[in-house]
Parts: sequence; structure tokens; C-alpha cells
Amino acid sequence: MAIAVEFQDVVKRFPGAGYNALDHVNLKIEEGELLTILGTSGCGKTTLIKLINRIHEADEGNIYLSGTNIKDIEPITLRRGIGYVIQQIGLFPHMTIYDNIATVPRILKWDKDKINQRVTELLEMVNLPPEEFKDRYPGQLSGGQQQRIGLIRALAANPKIMLLDEPFGAIDAINRSNLQDELLKIHRQSRKTFVFVTHDITEAMKLGTKVLIMDQGKIQQYGTPGEIIEKPANAFVESLISSGHVDTNYVRNGEGI
Amino acid sequence: MIAYFLKYYDRLFLALLEHVEIVLFTLVISILLASVITILIYRNETLGNLIVQIFGAVYSIPSLALFALLIPITGLGEKTAILVLVLYNQFLLIRNFLAGLENVNPSIVEAAYGMGMSNIQVLTKIQIPLAAPLIIAGIRLSTISTIGIATIAATINAGGLGNLLFDGMRTMNTYKILWGTIFCAVIAFLADDALKRIEDFIQKKVGVKK
Repeated sequence: MAIAVEFQDVVKRFPGAGYNALDHVNLKIEEGELLTILGTSGCGKTTLIKLINRIHEADEGNIYLSGTNIKDIEPITLRRGIGYVIQQIGLFPHMTIYDNIATVPRILKWDKDKINQRVTELLEMVNLPPEEFKDRYPGQLSGGQQQRIGLIRALAANPKIMLLDEPFGAIDAINRSNLQDELLKIHRQSRKTFVFVTHDITEAMKLGTKVLIMDQGKIQQYGTPGEIIEKPANAFVESLISSGHVDTNYVRNGEGI
Repeated sequence: MIAYFLKYYDRLFLALLEHVEIVLFTLVISILLASVITILIYRNETLGNLIVQIFGAVYSIPSLALFALLIPITGLGEKTAILVLVLYNQFLLIRNFLAGLENVNPSIVEAAYGMGMSNIQVLTKIQIPLAAPLIIAGIRLSTISTIGIATIAATINAGGLGNLLFDGMRTMNTYKILWGTIFCAVIAFLADDALKRIEDFIQKKVGVKK
């Protein structure tokens, strides 16, 4: 399997913080994986994915995307090839669902028919009838529907890799479970690389083909869900698994700080 | 009073026209200038606050004093009047423009950048449309303020409805004062109403919900 994303000895510090948000992280993510990154607030999981699309810049080390150092790619170009979904969804409230989904294809100057076709196909994929939904505004949709749009908007221009930052964190339990199932389906169909940040163990285990457990900016364990449950690498992982330790004071814009 | 109007309506309308002209020039220049300044400073909060404070200080200078200060530099007349009015407007406009941009939900802006929009695309496609209600509110405020303060410009020979007011006061001509006041109030009311409609329309368009 080819490597989709590689971190080489990456360090990230935030001014004023007494520790490294990411502390010498080495990581290889294989193509087509759905990697879930699990950890408590402030463990560096969100920082890790925001380094991939250069919303943050690494202080040390290098990150490679399909073998290319991301420092050599313009942030704007880089991001157009990466799907990005955040917990707050961030749909554009003044644009219709159609226009929201068409954002990146339009920036990339796709022709109209191709955009039309893509939007229809994506809406159908998440079971939202295109004729009924494409002319609505985000405010007219439920939270679960909005995040479905957030998800397919990120997929619209066929990015090679998808970054998802606690995308279902603010959604009620039933919808959340449905969305997880849909995400699994999307992942299976697309075989794209997904990097999915969460603080919910059940979710991490349910979705991940691989799970990465982080604490204090360091990788604690990296393996399949089965390996992690059967052979926790250290006391932290063990207590995380057994206690169902979920960070309750998770607040602040999904930055987990 | 009607008789006065019928006798002097040409002078009254001339004053009105002059007034509208000053106001329009002032607004066009003010809005352009404030837009440029806002775009230059909106990404830097410290600088933004500093600029707003500076224009706030200018705004607190009484208009007569500011006219007097500028006469030695730019002379009497319309030019100086417009300059002063433009300076005043910068405070109202820039403050509202910045507040509008800052009020846009940060997660929407993050999503926009995350999708690969450039600074200009984020500004023109996301931030400005979403800030539009506050932007128009600022323009509305500065329009009303300009219509009022422009009357003082008559003291430096800029013409306008202020001429009627000051002449009326000097000659104790109540009708003249009344007509000046009524005209001033009417254009302020009309301008305010028109801009209010635009504001409501935009609010309805972009305020569908977040």
C-alpha cells in the first residue's frame, strides 16, 4: 500500500503553552485507510490534522502528502485537494445547498454539467433528494442534514484525502449513529483516505480501520481497533479503553485546547 | 409660510440641491475610502482598533472647530466641507465595516479557508455578503449624520440648507429657518427609509440562519 500521509518528526508549539502540542510525531497513514485519532482535549489530535492542510504550520519536521512535502505546495492549492469537515459544519448561510456543494468545483472551474451531475450524485449518496434540497438554504435544514451537506461539500471535488475534525460531535445520538453508518458507506465506496478526529471511543472503534491514540502531543498507540483493545500498549491506553474516558470539558471551537 | 415658499421656492430648491450634492459627494468618497482602509486593516485587530480610535478622536472634534482648523490649509468652500464630512464618516463607517467582518461566524470563515479559498475569495464571497447588514447600517448612520452636519458647512461658504438656517437666524426670518429644517428632515427621513429597506432586504437574504 502506498503512503498517503507521512509525518516525520513533527513538532508543533503554540505560543504560551508550556508543552508541545505535537511532540516529535512520526506517522505513516496508508492510502484508503479510515484513521480515527482518539484522545482527550489538548492531546494534539486536532492540531495534527490542521497541520496536514496547513491551517497550522509545523515548527519542526516534515509532512508528506503522497510523497510531496506539503511545504512545496501553495496552501490554497493544497487545500483544494483535501476535503475538510469541522464540527461546527461551517456551511455558508447565504448560499443554497447547491452553491455550498459546488464551491470547490467552481473554484476549480469545472463545467456546469459536470457540477450539476456531481451535486445530484452526492445528494443522492446521503439520501437527500436533490430536487427537494438543492435550492434550500442551510438554515432550513436540521443539524444532521447540515452535516451531511458538510460532508458531501468536502467530497465534491474528489479530494484524495478527507480530514474530519469531530464532525459528529454536536449531533444527537440517533442521527450520529446514522451519520457514522453513512460515513462508513462513503469510505467503502470511495476508498479515499480519511483522517477522523474524535474523543468518543465507541466512534473511534466503530469507524477506524486504524486507530491512533494520542496524549500530550505524543502517539500512545497506533493499530487496528482489535489490536488496541486486545493489547493496549501502555497504562494510558488501557485506562482510556477500560474507563471509557471521554473528555467532558471539551469546548472551544473543536480546537480541543 | 406657504407664501414664502411660493415666492422663494427657487432659492429653497437651489439650497436643497447644493445640500444633496455635498452629501452625495461626501458619501461616495467616504465609502470608497472607508472600504479601502477596512480592507487594509481588517486582518490585524490591533491596527484596526488603533485606526478606529484615531478616527473616534477626530469624530469628537466639534465640526465648527474642525472647519476652522482646515480653512488655513484648504480654504473656504465646498472642498473643505466635504473633507471634514469625509473625516467624520470614517469613524462611523470603518467601525461598522470592521464589526461586520468580525461578526461573521469564525467557523464559516475557517471552512472557507479550509476549502482552499484565497483571502480575496473569502472576503468577497463569504465575509462581505455576511457582513452586509452591518455594512449598510454603517452607511445609513453616516448618511444621516452627513445630512445633519452638512448644514454647518454653510459657515464656510459651502452652501446648502445650512445657508437657509444661518441666514434665517441672522435676519430673524422664521420661515426661512423652518423651510431649511423641514427640507433637511425630509431628505434625512427619505434617505434613512431607503437605506432601511435595503438593510432589511439584505438581512432577509443573508440572515436565513447560520
